[in-house]
Amino acid sequence: MDKFLDIDGVSKRFVKETTLGERIARAMGAGGPPEVVRAVSEVSLSIAKGEVVGLVGESGCGKSTLGRMVAGIYVPSAGAIRFDGAPVAKPAGRRVEKLTTRVQMIHQDPFASLNPRVRVVDTVAEGPVAHGIVGAKHSDDYVADMLTRVGFDAAMRRRFPHQFSGGQRQRIAIARALAMKPDLLVLDEPVASLDVSIQAQVLNLFQELRRDLGLTAIFVSHDLGVVRHVSDRVAIMYLGRIVEVAPTRTLYAAPAHPYTKALFESVPKIGAGRGVFKPIAGEIPSPLAPPPGCHFHPRCPAAGPRCRREAPRLVETGPGQRAACHLHDGGVA
Amino acid sequence: MSAAASAPSRRARLADAWWEYRQSPVAVIALAIVVLLLAAAFLAPLFAPQDPYDQAALDLFDARLEPGSVGGGGYVHLIGTDGMGRDLFSAILYGLRVSFTVGIAAGAVALALGASVGLVAAYYGGRIEALIMRTIDLQLSMPAILLALVLVAVLGQGMGPLIVALVAAQYAYFARTTHGAASAERRKDYIEAALSTPLPARRVLFKHLLPNALPPLIVVATVQVANAIALEATLSFLGLGLPMTEPSLGTLISNGFQYLLSGRYWISIYPGLVLMVLVVSINLVGDQVRHVLNPRRGR
Amino acid sequence: MSDVVLSVQGLETAFSTRAGTFKAVDGVSFDVGRGEIVGLVGESGSGKSVTGYSILGLVEPPGRIVGGRVELDGENLLALAPEKMRRMRGARVAMVFQDPMMTLNPVLRIGTQMIAAVRAHDPVSKADARTRARDALGIVGIPSPEERLDAYPHQLSGGMRQRVAIATALLHRPAVIIADEPTTALDVSIQGQILAEVRRLADETGTAFVWITHDLAVVSSLADKVCVMYAGRIVERGPADDVIASPRHPYTAGLLASVPSLHEPGAPLPQVPGSAPPPLQRPEGCAFRPRCARASEACLADPPLATFDDARRAALCHHPIEPDAWTSFSTSTASRNAS
Repeated sequence: MDKFLDIDGVSKRFVKETTLGERIARAMGAGGPPEVVRAVSEVSLSIAKGEVVGLVGESGCGKSTLGRMVAGIYVPSAGAIRFDGAPVAKPAGRRVEKLTTRVQMIHQDPFASLNPRVRVVDTVAEGPVAHGIVGAKHSDDYVADMLTRVGFDAAMRRRFPHQFSGGQRQRIAIARALAMKPDLLVLDEPVASLDVSIQAQVLNLFQELRRDLGLTAIFVSHDLGVVRHVSDRVAIMYLGRIVEVAPTRTLYAAPAHPYTKALFESVPKIGAGRGVFKPIAGEIPSPLAPPPGCHFHPRCPAAGPRCRREAPRLVETGPGQRAACHLHDGGVA
Repeated sequence: MSAAASAPSRRARLADAWWEYRQSPVAVIALAIVVLLLAAAFLAPLFAPQDPYDQAALDLFDARLEPGSVGGGGYVHLIGTDGMGRDLFSAILYGLRVSFTVGIAAGAVALALGASVGLVAAYYGGRIEALIMRTIDLQLSMPAILLALVLVAVLGQGMGPLIVALVAAQYAYFARTTHGAASAERRKDYIEAALSTPLPARRVLFKHLLPNALPPLIVVATVQVANAIALEATLSFLGLGLPMTEPSLGTLISNGFQYLLSGRYWISIYPGLVLMVLVVSINLVGDQVRHVLNPRRGR
Repeated sequence: MSDVVLSVQGLETAFSTRAGTFKAVDGVSFDVGRGEIVGLVGESGSGKSVTGYSILGLVEPPGRIVGGRVELDGENLLALAPEKMRRMRGARVAMVFQDPMMTLNPVLRIGTQMIAAVRAHDPVSKADARTRARDALGIVGIPSPEERLDAYPHQLSGGMRQRVAIATALLHRPAVIIADEPTTALDVSIQGQILAEVRRLADETGTAFVWITHDLAVVSSLADKVCVMYAGRIVERGPADDVIASPRHPYTAGLLASVPSLHEPGAPLPQVPGSAPPPLQRPEGCAFRPRCARASEACLADPPLATFDDARRAALCHHPIEPDAWTSFSTSTASRNAS
């Protein structure tokens, strides 16, 4: 497969910041070990050019962290992310230096992702001007062009973000990303904070842009319906690991992993009638202390002794479909 | 559900802020007093009966005249004269001028310095942040007056050394406030978006981080100008601030102090009253500005 | 059908701002029967939350209830003295917020708070109050409730906290619980658990719920009746299944049609153009007119309330959709898969 984006054995650990007092206590032998969150552990996934891959999961599953590593906001603690053969970002001291402008990100909340004190025109223009994608002289026309492309009235570009509704702001955020001429977009819950009637507008826009510009994208979302709508392939994550990845149609028609199945059944559906869903039992464990073996085993109806001991590998269960479950890899006993 | 009206321009937002400010009559009166005192101070040469800096115009025969007396100059000394024969009303106007100049200059320099230091700490984080912020904590744990006293003693008298001392005593407040505000902004998505574009660090710092960390600084700046004025008065009162030839409010109070027990209350009391009214008014203004800028009011 | 416990009639709540006064809730009427779950659906700014707060008399200035009645078992809550209303809240009618920390004190143990909540309305001993608190936690499906009583809120997950908030609301067996987006911040699997518990509670205890949400899927799988709000008014109401199977108001239809899971993957979604008007700029007549494909000259006048199915359904519209005109939904439903 064409590895336009190659996520290769990537892990990300966050160590809880310690205060001076805690460090002294620890140096003197008191206090516990530092709290480490394994947000993402050993995830591998490659994405072909022009493909849209959905990343789905509940809170703490690591989907946003993985998206942010691809977008060059975080660097992996282990493993590598290569985009078109080169890393997206590298560590620079405690911070991160992003190495490419070809990967751009769109955030969930357009009320937070646009600087309230910067005019729309400057928000969209500053990146391309800083990187010489467009000359400062021509930036105004360039911005107008970008805004028109996202269905936005370019005459409003001198306004400030607070003068726009949520849907309009998300269009501005999309225009800002497009202005960088990206080859890969990371969309982190791009419609989750929008009203239902506005969601459809933004999803349609995304589909249009995808068709016109041949975009490759990672679409992070908790909404199974939205992901099904936009993705060619879907990866389901649970507590830092990919538990299943498959072409969209296959996954929704015949999920292979017990978590995927349970997730589909637990979601309320429109028009399915009252109470026709089976919630998954139990709580999502804390990512600070995930269960041993398969992370899903405490909630899994099919779990066996092997699931408590051994973490399952991703194995082929069908054409293009892989699942990390012992049921498909020699049984749970 | 918010009651947010749509699409107000920047000017309309300013009008809104002013409307919000007006909701407290006390704050409006305080603002009026501050503006009045500012005008009086800087327009002093236009209507002060006497130039208190002009040694030649002083007449020791006019010293310590009671309020309402007519002196050698042939005009009424509204609130009397001081020990050197200065018209106290004129001296207060000129003293206000000195106090304002020192307070605003020190406040502005402390703001610029403190904001830069706090911003750098918040943006870079890690060791740089730890070093800067611990130094500032250390400094804030000492009384500001002590630091100012030492500096003035070392640097000598005069406007310049005084401002340096005040800046050194006060920049830490600005640094800490900026650091707090900028650290909170630093975590917001628009900064993440700017960093992942990626935009140059300087642009992120000054175009994105600083303007959004500014509102709380406005409040601190207002209050710190009042503090600078009070601090200057204290130093001058202790004889370490400005010389008698260039009297500030503090110098005037100090100057009249020796006469207080001999019944010539006016030489100290009137400058003291003006100082008090000024500092209280500025603080009231700062309080209301804080109220208007409070983001939780969700205008 | 079931006897009515809560009846909201012509409720009007106005907000005064510097820019002008508007009615966040503009003549809202609906009934809630015993053990019934009524979904109050709307987008941000539709007035659904303000309706909930108004029912409990929790509207704060610059908001003010300016008209209508809220009858709980025949008694008009809006006419009660503040002190009487305060005693009513928590006992006869209770509220659950989107953020459970609105009701939970972070520095007190769960048990301490729930015992105080019991004894605020009933003069029982601490031991009895504790028993009642423990039972309530059990009712909402919290495992080992005795231990949870000794926990602090921060030791619980978001889903558990929301269950505690619901359990607290249940302590006095209120006739009605108003729930404002209580599962919006939760994960889907946890949301499913809570919805299932709430459905069971309503059926078993007879407690009625007004479930305020923006999520049509939640309403579809939980509610008996649904009221769809737009720009401060209920534009459509009726049995949830019927409304979702065959909406009569163009806005409801637009909302339903734009849900991606009801269409072929990747197909263009039918979208409602534009966005909801800001409260101070609502158009004359029907507020939905500028976004409505069916709008005509007639819509410049206030829309009439058209009723259907022996008045079990109603739509506030000049041109309600005829049942047989609504086909796109059923056809595309047939072709959808797991979601």
